[in-house]
Amino acid sequence: MNQFAQAILNGFSQGAIYALLALGYVMIYKATHVISFAQPALMVCGGLFSYHLTAQIGLPFWPGLLLAMILGALLGMAVERLALRPMVGKPVFTLAIITIGVDIVLRIAANRYMGANPRIVTFPDGSRQYEFLGLSITHQRVALIAVTAITVVALVMFFRYAKAGLAMRATALNQETALAQGIRVGAIFALAWAIAGGLATIAGTFVAAGSAGMEQNTWIIALKALPAIIIGGLDSLPGAVIGGLAVGIVESLTAVYQPDVAPFLGANFALVAPYALMFLVLLVRPYGLFGTREVERV
Amino acid sequence: MLSVKNLEVVYNDVILVLRGVSLTVPRGQIVALLGANGAGKTTLLRALSGLLDIHDGRITKGEILLGDRPIHGWDAPKIVAAGLGQVLEGRRVFGEFTVEENLRVGGHTRRGSLTDSIDEIYTLFPVLKERRKRTAGYLSGGEQQMLAMGRALVAQPDVILLDEPSLGLAPRIVQQIKDIVVQINEERGTTVLLVEQNATMALSIAQHGYVMEHGKIVMDQPAAALLEDDDIRDFYLGRGELATSYRDIKHYKRRKRWLS
Repeated sequence: MNQFAQAILNGFSQGAIYALLALGYVMIYKATHVISFAQPALMVCGGLFSYHLTAQIGLPFWPGLLLAMILGALLGMAVERLALRPMVGKPVFTLAIITIGVDIVLRIAANRYMGANPRIVTFPDGSRQYEFLGLSITHQRVALIAVTAITVVALVMFFRYAKAGLAMRATALNQETALAQGIRVGAIFALAWAIAGGLATIAGTFVAAGSAGMEQNTWIIALKALPAIIIGGLDSLPGAVIGGLAVGIVESLTAVYQPDVAPFLGANFALVAPYALMFLVLLVRPYGLFGTREVERV
Repeated sequence: MLSVKNLEVVYNDVILVLRGVSLTVPRGQIVALLGANGAGKTTLLRALSGLLDIHDGRITKGEILLGDRPIHGWDAPKIVAAGLGQVLEGRRVFGEFTVEENLRVGGHTRRGSLTDSIDEIYTLFPVLKERRKRTAGYLSGGEQQMLAMGRALVAQPDVILLDEPSLGLAPRIVQQIKDIVVQINEERGTTVLLVEQNATMALSIAQHGYVMEHGKIVMDQPAAALLEDDDIRDFYLGRGELATSYRDIKHYKRRKRWLS
C-alpha cells in the first residue's frame, strides 16, 4: 500500500512538470492552431537561464526563476516574431515543421553552452524531505506542485476574465472575425508564445533542480507532454493538467509494478506507457478527455 | 461621413476586382449597396475595414476617408478603434463562446468597463439577454445575426458596415432585422452602409442607394428613385412582368447589363 501511494506521489510530482509543458503546447495551439515542437528547446533554454542566473551570476533561486521566466518569455516571443510571423496564413502543417527546425537550432545552441556536464540548479534546502504517513517528498517537489497549481489557476482566470485571454480564444476560433473586432492578431500570437516560453522555463528550472540536472538529452522529457495534451484534448487547459498528471502517474506506476506483474513487456516499459495510455484514450474519445468538439447546429 | 474615391482593388496581384469605385455615405444616413453575386460588394467592405491582406488583396489606387482621415492602408484593429465596425457576411459569431463573451470580444478596442455598452445591446436585443449564458453556436440564425450586430455595436462605432444581414433568414426575421437597423440608425445616430441582395428591404430603409456591377458603381440615386427605376425593378426587385420585354433584349444590352 505504501509503495503504491509513494509511486502515485512521485508520479504526481513528475506529472506536474509534464503539465506545465503541456500547458505551453495548449497555449500555442489555442491561439494559433499550431502544435509547437519547439517546446523541448524552450524548456532546455529556460532551465539553463535559471542555471546561469543562479549558479553563475549568484541570484537566489526564486528571483532567478522569475528573471529566467521573463527571459524565457522573451525567447518565445523572439521565436514567434522571427520564425513564425512571416509565415502567418500558411498551412499549420508548415508552421509545425518550422517549429521542429527552431527546436533543433535552439537545442544546438543550448548544447554548446552545456557541454558534457549536467547543469544543476540548486533549490534551497531541496533535498530535505517532508515525511507523513510513511510517505516522503522533497521540498523541491512540493514547491514544484505549488507553483504548478498557482500557474494553472492564473491561466484559467486569464482565459476566463482577462480581455487578452478572451481575445486569444477568439483568435483561435476565427482570425478574420477576430481582426474585424479590432483584435491585434499578431500581438496575440506573441503573447501566446511568451506565456508558453514562461511555462517551459518553470518546467525546465524544476527539471534542472532535480537529481539528474539538465543534460544534453534531457529535452526528451518534454516530448512526454505530447501524449499528455492528446489525452487531455489539444485545446483544454484542465485537460493539459490532468493529462500531464495522468502521464506522470501511469509512468511511475508502470515503473514500480510492471517488472513484477507483466515482465514479458520487457525492461523500461514505463517509457512507453504514456503512449499506450494515449492510444487507449484516443480509441474512446478522439477529441481527448476535455477537448472541445466543434459546435455545430443541426 | 465615409467616402470612397476611385478605389481599385486587386487580389493576388492579378485579379482586378474593384475598378474605380466611388461612393459617399453621409453622416447619420443609411446607404444601400446593391449588386449581384461577384459584383465586388464584399471586397469593397473588406477594403473599408482593412481585411484585404488576409485575402491576399491590395488597394492599388484611390482613397478611403473616414471623416477627413484617410484610412486606406490602416490595419483592421486601427480602423475599428477609429470608429468603423463591420458585421461580416454570414454572421460569424464565435460559436463556442457564450453570447456574453461574444459581446465582450466586440468591445475589445474599448477601454474601461464594458457593462454599460453591453447593457445597451441587451435593451436593443432583449432576446440576447435571455440567452446571455448560452453557447452562441446553438442560437437560431436570426439570433446569431442579432448577436453579430450587437457585437459590432459594443465598440460604439460611428459607421457600421452590414454585409447581407438578411442572408438565409425567414421573411419575418428579415423584417425584424430591418426594424433594428432603422432603430440603430435613429437612436444611436450610427451611419449605416447596408450591403444587400434583398433590394426591396434595403431600399425601403435607405436614403440613398448604389448599384454595383463588375467592380464598378453603375447607378447612384436616392433610394426612392431606385425603387421606381425600371431596370432596378426588373432585375433586383422582381414584379412578375418585365418593363423591358425580352423582345427588345438588344436594346437593354446596349444600355446596361444588369445580370451578369
